[in-house]
Amino acid sequence: MLLILLLVAYVVVVAVTELPPYGIAGNPVHNQVSQRYIESAWEETGVLNMITAVVLDYRAYDTMFETIVLFTAVLAVIITLKTTEREGDGK
Amino acid sequence: MTDFILKRVAALLLPFIQMYGLYVILHGHVSPGGSFAGGIVVGLAFIAFTTIYGLKKGRAKISEKATALVESYGTLWYGLMGMVGVFKGAPFLANKMAGIDLGELGALSSGGLIGLIGLGVGIRVSSTMITLFFTMIEEES
Repeated sequence: MLLILLLVAYVVVVAVTELPPYGIAGNPVHNQVSQRYIESAWEETGVLNMITAVVLDYRAYDTMFETIVLFTAVLAVIITLKTTEREGDGK
Repeated sequence: MTDFILKRVAALLLPFIQMYGLYVILHGHVSPGGSFAGGIVVGLAFIAFTTIYGLKKGRAKISEKATALVESYGTLWYGLMGMVGVFKGAPFLANKMAGIDLGELGALSSGGLIGLIGLGVGIRVSSTMITLFFTMIEEES
């Protein structure tokens, strides 16, 4: 068991050392997507805050289901923790 | 807690904290911040009020029914804003594509639907914080 864990840890460490260094302009993360947001978010969405443009316009579906996730979390907490009984519960 | 200084300082500060949270929500598309951050500030103002003044006074400020209504209709509001695009013959949640006037860049009314969606998300996040806090603290008492 310990041997397997060590092997997995070794593989993870090797994979991390293979990552491109942070802050280099030629990294694969700096592709045309971020370029497009930086250059034309203001005329495509009409807002100055680029983060809001991405969150509420380009990735609006993501934010919508994020709010539904919050809603579900609240529902789960209420279902498990709410202790007050309703009137006419037959008690 | 019954500390006099704490109560007076909270009474002075909390209205401004709440105003600031609403400001961050409403100006989410023209200045740093946004609906999630602003909603958390508004929710935390209520939570701070309840921890300082006690559960009874906190519940008097915002009732269970109000948070439940905001919680449900805030989620629905997002979907309704998305349907605006569908009714105009564009994809769901479309903004510029649906032909909505984006307004002057940097103005509070700019961005078409983005400001309205942000307002919905903001009050939703604040009501989520309040509901989670009240549910957990009422369970303990």
